[in-house]
Amino acid sequence: MQALYAQLLVGLINGSFYALLSLGLAVIFGMLNIINFAHGALYMMGAFCAYFLLNIWGIGYWWALILAPIAVGIFGMVLERTMLQWLAGLDHLYGLLLTFGLALIIQGIFQNYFGSSGLPYAIPDELKGGMNLGFMFLPIYRGWVVVFSLVVCLATWYLIERTRLGAYLRAATENPTLVRAFGINVPRMITLTYGLGVGLAALAGVLSAPINQVRPLMGENIIIVVFAVVVIGGMGSIMGSIITGFALGVIEGLTKYFYPEASNTVVFVLMVLVLLVKPTGLTGRAA
Amino acid sequence: MTDDTLPATPRVIRDEMIAFAVMTVLLLLVPLTGLYPFFVMQGLCFALLACAFNLLIGYGGLLSFGHAMFLGTGGYVTAHAVKVWGAPPELGILIGLAASAGLGIITGIVAIRRQGIYFAMITLALSQLIYFIYLQAPFTHGEDGIQGIPQGRMLGIFDLSKPMVLYYVIVAGFLFGFLVIFRAINSPFGEVLKSIRENEQRAISLGYKTDQYKLLAFILSGALAGFAGSLKVFVVQNASLSDVEVGMSGLIVLMTLVGGLGTVFGPVIGAFIIVATQQYLAGFGSWVTVIQGSIFVACVLTFRRGIVGEMAHLFRRSL
Repeated sequence: MQALYAQLLVGLINGSFYALLSLGLAVIFGMLNIINFAHGALYMMGAFCAYFLLNIWGIGYWWALILAPIAVGIFGMVLERTMLQWLAGLDHLYGLLLTFGLALIIQGIFQNYFGSSGLPYAIPDELKGGMNLGFMFLPIYRGWVVVFSLVVCLATWYLIERTRLGAYLRAATENPTLVRAFGINVPRMITLTYGLGVGLAALAGVLSAPINQVRPLMGENIIIVVFAVVVIGGMGSIMGSIITGFALGVIEGLTKYFYPEASNTVVFVLMVLVLLVKPTGLTGRAA
Repeated sequence: MTDDTLPATPRVIRDEMIAFAVMTVLLLLVPLTGLYPFFVMQGLCFALLACAFNLLIGYGGLLSFGHAMFLGTGGYVTAHAVKVWGAPPELGILIGLAASAGLGIITGIVAIRRQGIYFAMITLALSQLIYFIYLQAPFTHGEDGIQGIPQGRMLGIFDLSKPMVLYYVIVAGFLFGFLVIFRAINSPFGEVLKSIRENEQRAISLGYKTDQYKLLAFILSGALAGFAGSLKVFVVQNASLSDVEVGMSGLIVLMTLVGGLGTVFGPVIGAFIIVATQQYLAGFGSWVTVIQGSIFVACVLTFRRGIVGEMAHLFRRSL
């Protein structure tokens, strides 16, 4: 049973990353109509940012949790201003191709300087150790990742679904021209949205650094899984992305326990099944 | 993707015929020029692969981000048939072709259920699924791949271990695949595909069962991509996981994008350019990835029509 709970926890942690990443993808897709293939590379940059902060300036985990998403978010906004904005009005596929190219560039540069092996990042002192829950031993850092991710996901949901800014955002998704007529600077909102989505990816990267080490290609495979998550959940609903992300992480964890050979493929198999039964995804509207 | 493709008037067909004749003569003359035949053969396999991919994106408007799964399937199955079962090359290629067509049917039924951006994500996820299956399946030998594949005698007469014979067999295979695609896009089937690309709802309202057309295009494209993989086995004499990876799928997209999406000859030019850059930049390690990424970005931002597409636009011809 210990092993089952351990895998469940691993599943919840992976689910947190899936949720944070697919949430960012959904927010970006809503505003920019772009599937951000560079999301995995930016997730990796978040982790590297934390690593640099610690090893160059001696700035620890808690500041990295704030500074890394801001830094990577600004980098993302520069990308949006200099490149992505020129794709408005073109076929959606060009956005996918451009961001795929960006992912290759970013990953290639990091790989060139840091190779393919992992760099260690220590768990902060406050979150070291673990506690005995009676039925299992819970490492505190892992519990922290799950709880903190959930809080960030819900905060993002609240921001978009329940605040005035979020209302502008949703309105601009539906009809940007009309929203501009009300005097709202839609292009700036698009840039900020991209920054927000990218910042969420970077935050996931910082959270994963102490668990999975910091590797140039850490985002390469996870982004494909997150694409499958997005196909399963549909990108129509913010809450849908969050729930699907966590649920698929847990299912993957359970598969690792019951049938480890399929743990790499279970999300993709589920995607196939969902497509056969309900092609629009579990929460999605018809595209 | 480009909406300025000209209708298939006699002049367009004539232009394309001339270009085809020029390409064929050039390919037949390659051995006289002293150009490294291994490079040209590799280029031809990738050119066929890119043409097969282009059939989907250029004419059906479907961006497959997982075409490496067909390349890998054709390669692995042919390699296994030839090496382990001792099948002659022609039978090995047929088995590889059948396997990739079968994979095309299965994955096609799933993938065509969504359009546009979702189609791209689904094909990418499906190819990752196939990648993990091949990583664990015993017959692919995991990380080692299938090595030292015998070339054998094609139809019992042509000795493929002779470079010249192999070269002309690969040229014949490429031209066959190219003509199949050329015929398909200039047939009523191709016209319906183009109408789906332009306006699927309208095509449906005109009574076309667009799902069947898309599935057929997907299977044809997958089978021909697998055919390219089967041919490649006899050139490089191995089949490995690198042919099934996401990076390979991206490379296929890049070749077609550089040459020109939806042009007849663009993918061929693009494939040779990308194979050449890989050859010449091999010493730069992971900078190659950076360069390829930069080509992607440059293509999307500055010349979306690709090399052949821009030229055709300039001279108002269809190529």
